[in-house]
Amino acid sequence: MSAGTIGRGTTPAGRMAALARAEVTLLGRSKGTLFAAMFVPLALPFSMRSAAQEMDLRGAGLSVGTVVLPAALGVSLLFAVYATLVGVFVARREELVLKRLRTGELRDVEILAGSALPAVATAVVQSAVLAAGCAVLLDVHAPRAAYYVVPGYLLGVVMCAALAAVTASWSRSTESAQVTTMPFILLSLTGSGLVVPLEVMPDRLASVCEVLPLTSVITLLRGGWNGSLTAGDALTALVTALAWTAAAVFAVRRWFRWEPRR
Amino acid sequence: MNANEHDHVIEVTDLRRVYGGGFEAVRGITFHVKRGEVFALLGTNGAGKTSTVELLEGLARPAGGRVRVLGHDPFTDRAAVRPRTGVMLQEGGFPAELTVAETARMWAGCVSGARPYADVLDLVGLAGKAGVRVKQLSGGERRRLDLALALLGDPEVLFLDEPTTGLDAEGRRDTWELVRALRDAGTTVLLTTHYLEEAEGLADRLAILHEGRIAASGTPAEVTAAQPARISFELPEGYFVGDLPPLDTLGVLTHEVDGRVVRLRTRELQRAATGVLVWAERAGVELRRLDVRSASLEEAFLGIAREASAEADARGEAVAA
Repeated sequence: MSAGTIGRGTTPAGRMAALARAEVTLLGRSKGTLFAAMFVPLALPFSMRSAAQEMDLRGAGLSVGTVVLPAALGVSLLFAVYATLVGVFVARREELVLKRLRTGELRDVEILAGSALPAVATAVVQSAVLAAGCAVLLDVHAPRAAYYVVPGYLLGVVMCAALAAVTASWSRSTESAQVTTMPFILLSLTGSGLVVPLEVMPDRLASVCEVLPLTSVITLLRGGWNGSLTAGDALTALVTALAWTAAAVFAVRRWFRWEPRR
Repeated sequence: MNANEHDHVIEVTDLRRVYGGGFEAVRGITFHVKRGEVFALLGTNGAGKTSTVELLEGLARPAGGRVRVLGHDPFTDRAAVRPRTGVMLQEGGFPAELTVAETARMWAGCVSGARPYADVLDLVGLAGKAGVRVKQLSGGERRRLDLALALLGDPEVLFLDEPTTGLDAEGRRDTWELVRALRDAGTTVLLTTHYLEEAEGLADRLAILHEGRIAASGTPAEVTAAQPARISFELPEGYFVGDLPPLDTLGVLTHEVDGRVVRLRTRELQRAATGVLVWAERAGVELRRLDVRSASLEEAFLGIAREASAEADARGEAVAA
């Protein structure tokens, strides 16, 4: 080994950056994915606004803004992170890109994280735009308990990325990924307090919906924003979110498919 | 660094691979590759070449046996092995929508001590295609891109899975020259191929795989020497095999007659050929379609496949009986 090559080893951050850079280029060239990731989460909150205005929110101690904003962030996680990444993971697997990457120095977690980075960055920027938009248009104040909002959001990102990898393992093609992503998206939209807050649901239904993966994230976002969350409820939500995230990560480590089926 | 690492860059002991459905693709193979050697795994499609190479690359855990690459287990000790190996898979593995340069740049960011990617693209003759999307490349160009990326980090050990499949004659020659240059520079190369002339021309040593087992191994000359040579000719009008000198006195192992054509197999080619030609001279006849040839790797390869399937038939009959 010549002296010139010493010290030119790669770092995890450098490797992931190289991969993420390529994924940004690819995201930019995939107009359909880009549209779904960028504009659906920005457009959906406006259609929700009128529905939220119909609900009896005062009785539940909520306002239009504190219903719409967490819901919008949830939609961003579902479309910009979850749905986008299922498509990315399936496409890269079927093109044998994941297999190729595994022959190199990247560790498995770096391959997944590096590929996920552009989608996650999209969601973070989008969430900032949504928060600013809601502040201006719906008179939403700054979060009262940011110490619930931030961990809730981060857990939501990791959970959605890991669930995307799990879903990708069940999807044989990018076309079938459009079907396999529907159950989690629909379940989350209807049952996790995105469209209908759990507070206005019948109790029995609400207690079932409470254990859905994204519910705990939305609870932390909304409760943290309007400061209504008790420490006990916050802890329950945090533990639930952590448990789902851990389960999803475990499932990825155990069952993720790196190559197409033979 | 121990002595083994210097001598045997790749060590494979009783290696097995079983797929999910229970299919045993690799059935206990043992070989080693010395530093600076070009080693070829030769076999027909389905012989277990790729299944074996993937275990050496550390892409899968063996069902049994042991692999050591540069003294490490390539599957469990990835971090120690990967910075020192280069891999060319049998099929692409590049996003269709990236350009050649973007693909190379991405890969360069993941390789320790990467050379400027433009250099390796130049090396494989893809410099002019840097701005072209991968999906627009021909099959041969994709193989060359794959080779370029395998070379980015100046690896000590290079795995090439069917490096010339899909290349035209010129591209194949270029790749061979590149492999020879790498070997001369001290790179250890393990390649798989189903082209006999490729194994014969490139490999210092080779192993012929058949149905997941090594059917023969050694230098191309050793593997070839184990096979008998061939003489064939057309019997002159009015002559029969019995009119030839006694075949065992000529060192002929077996003979077959196909119409008027006689085929002899022998390990003593000069003696057998002399005997036949002297006989023809004395009888004053011409041997039409005379063909005398020493064993080639192709003969060895076909012979092994023939023997193996005859054995399989025998086993099948034994089971049927």
